[in-house]
Amino acid sequence: MTRTTIPASRSTGVVVGPVRATWLSVESHWLWYRRNWRSSAFSTFLGPVLFLLAMGFGFGSQVRPGAATGGLSYVEHLVPALLVTTAIQNANFDSTYAVFSAFKWSKTYWGAVATPLTPGQVFAGQLTWNALRLGASLAVFLAVAGLLGALTGPAVLWAWVFALLAGTAFSAVVVAWTATRRTDSAFNGLFRFVVMPMTLFTGAFFPMSDLPSWTWPLAWITPAWHGIELSRGAAFGTLGPVALLGHVAYLSALVVVGAVLGRRYFTRRLAV
Amino acid sequence: MTTVDLPLVRASGLTKHFGDFEAVRGIDVEVRRGEAFGFLGPNGAGKSSTMRMVACTSPRTGGDLRVLGMDPDVDGPRIRSRIGVVPQEDNLDTELTARQNLEVYGRYFGLSRAHVRSKAVELLDFAQLADRADHEVEPLSGGMKRRLTIARSLVNDPDLLLLDEPTTGLDPQARHLLWDRLFRLKQSGVTLIITTHYMDEAEQLCDRLVVMDGGRIAAEGSPQDLIARHSTREVLELRFAPGDQDAVVPVVTPLADRVEVLPDRLLLYTADGDGVLDAVHARGVRPLSSLVRRSSLEDVFLRLTGRTLVD
Amino acid sequence: MTHTRERAVSRRGSGLVLRIVPPGLYSGRGGVIVERALVVNRRAWLAIVSGFFEPVLFLLSLGVGFGQLVSEVAGPGGQPLSYATFVAPALLAASAMNGAVYDATFNIFFKFKYARLYDAMLATPMGPLDIAIGEISWALLRGGLYSAAFLLVMLGMGLILSPWALLALPAALLVAFAFAAVGMAATTFMRSWQDFDLVQLAVLPMFLFSTTFFPLSVYPAGVRVVVQVTPLYQAVELLRGLTTGHVTWAALGNVAYFAVMAATGVVVAGRRLAGLLLK
Repeated sequence: MTRTTIPASRSTGVVVGPVRATWLSVESHWLWYRRNWRSSAFSTFLGPVLFLLAMGFGFGSQVRPGAATGGLSYVEHLVPALLVTTAIQNANFDSTYAVFSAFKWSKTYWGAVATPLTPGQVFAGQLTWNALRLGASLAVFLAVAGLLGALTGPAVLWAWVFALLAGTAFSAVVVAWTATRRTDSAFNGLFRFVVMPMTLFTGAFFPMSDLPSWTWPLAWITPAWHGIELSRGAAFGTLGPVALLGHVAYLSALVVVGAVLGRRYFTRRLAV
Repeated sequence: MTTVDLPLVRASGLTKHFGDFEAVRGIDVEVRRGEAFGFLGPNGAGKSSTMRMVACTSPRTGGDLRVLGMDPDVDGPRIRSRIGVVPQEDNLDTELTARQNLEVYGRYFGLSRAHVRSKAVELLDFAQLADRADHEVEPLSGGMKRRLTIARSLVNDPDLLLLDEPTTGLDPQARHLLWDRLFRLKQSGVTLIITTHYMDEAEQLCDRLVVMDGGRIAAEGSPQDLIARHSTREVLELRFAPGDQDAVVPVVTPLADRVEVLPDRLLLYTADGDGVLDAVHARGVRPLSSLVRRSSLEDVFLRLTGRTLVD
Repeated sequence: MTHTRERAVSRRGSGLVLRIVPPGLYSGRGGVIVERALVVNRRAWLAIVSGFFEPVLFLLSLGVGFGQLVSEVAGPGGQPLSYATFVAPALLAASAMNGAVYDATFNIFFKFKYARLYDAMLATPMGPLDIAIGEISWALLRGGLYSAAFLLVMLGMGLILSPWALLALPAALLVAFAFAAVGMAATTFMRSWQDFDLVQLAVLPMFLFSTTFFPLSVYPAGVRVVVQVTPLYQAVELLRGLTTGHVTWAALGNVAYFAVMAATGVVVAGRRLAGLLLK
């Protein structure tokens, strides 16, 4: 038997495939961004550059090149790692408040799932959008670092790839987690107890060997540490094949776990 | 092949539970093409839960449901591509313009850019928002936002339009404007399903309706049917000074078919309101004020549930 | 008549402020706002306590990590200091600024615009200036607790070199008050949350460049003047002088700077609030 639908339809709506549906969701983020980019331009683009100037050049001027900086100037040594911590800090807002708002304040997700889009596609669109924004902001950061003469060579471009991977891994997990939040009260805690320590204590600004060894395992589970190892290793040619595979596998696993959970939590929240 | 007369929505024994709470406790409903169908009931009656199941944004707990002949559990996206939804709370993107809201939404239905562009112009006109087309949504009035939400729900030329409390919270002028727009839609052949707790709205818009209470259907029919079946032709309302009412009840009860005692007044149900009022006066009862009016759905609801609709 | 007398009574003791503020703006009840904040935050105490960890984490990372990279930095008056000793008072100043600005901008804007809290308050005898003073007091109370805790951590880490540091707490409060007042005045000009990236635009560069992490001597002479006029530089100078014991008459200049800043902020905020709220 064929499906019993009501034949005479005047509706123009159709169901699009999952990839196109995800892109339509990305498209709507882009439209929103084109109108509202000013609200985040400073924190996304200029902020990281100021950080580079202050910590890389300002603070770096007080640091003599040595073993801790791989024999490089402090700022050259810092750039690949700063790219990773920037990725994570930028991903933080887009994965918490922006997502929470679409559930609770602006409720735009609820509007989207009343259309042929599914909650899973809305999630995929959000994550893809976050990754695209990260890619753009990191490219700008890298270009500025290049203009300031803080890059060691073309290999630093790999840092862009790995920073993007680390940022996306973090974003996938956090977006999924945000979908389970009923209030925004935990986001401050996430920033203070996860993002800040992840920025400061995973080897970006000073070697982890300066920290007590019991803190190391905590760093090893963070996407920041894996991202920094990858991005410095690739930029300075010190990355072995095993380490490369291991770090990439860990970050990819985080992306997958975040994607699976995100899909599930978005569906649980939006289809009740 | 199936027949064209298949109802657009058919529910039987439909239930919805949230944990231990039973929001919808087994309802049977059929909505036919071209009609305006209403769910009437107080807050918490299960209207919105039912609507969300029909809109395929909320999976049913039990029973059977067919929308446009399809099963929401299987064909959710296909069904959603052909319906329009106006949720209880506006979820417009307030940081976009009115026009952009329509265009973005249209794209979700797989419509081409050119199509959504021209459709947006048409809908902005329909919603009387053409002069606000390129304004941000945030500062628009409640009535304007509501009209924009309705315009948005029409972007895919839906076969079926679901409106969850479309005029709650709007001022009288805004409500009348909205009713006019909905009436036009109905005239053009769009099937409407409306939830409301306003009697006048149900009477104005609905060809047929069900009265819901506590997750169940208490009665079904056209507004006139329901009034004829569950109420009398007229109602006499009597108000008394605080404290005087209780003593009067036994005196007036024999005069009417039925008496409802509300906190602030007595309702006397009868075919002849003026006649009963004369009889009330003849017995020496002196109310502060009195009013004879026709029965409304409010009286039906009161009869069926023992409560007024809006507490 | 009775009404007027009651008002007069409720206003007694608010002395000087009343003489410069038009009636209706102020009823001397700013304390109610602090009471409300205490009630509201009784449930959110974790968020409050956690606010203290942010500067401490910074301090730890700077003490153990950055300190390994940089052994000595030239402190006030040129004497060499360990990096942690150099940077700790600057972090104290920066966290006083950050906390105060956050409270006076994001927090107040949210209540103002979305929670409509102040509309309800103004339906009572309270005036806009009560709100301004109340909110700033609450911000200070929090900020004061953080600063005291931070100073204790510094003491524990051996980063306090002089008894002058006792004055660091009131100095940090003065700094916070001035930032809160100006922040609040700025908030009254904000149209939507999108403008708040501008707050970041003001705060982050100060945090990074006002000799917080490296000495003024890093900059070329022309740039130094620009850095020196920023409020955070003034705050860092004041607090660094106190905790390291290098106190000069210039400290009075720093104090005067913040007194002017605070007064300007309060007056502008009060005027603007009156215009916005008492329409």
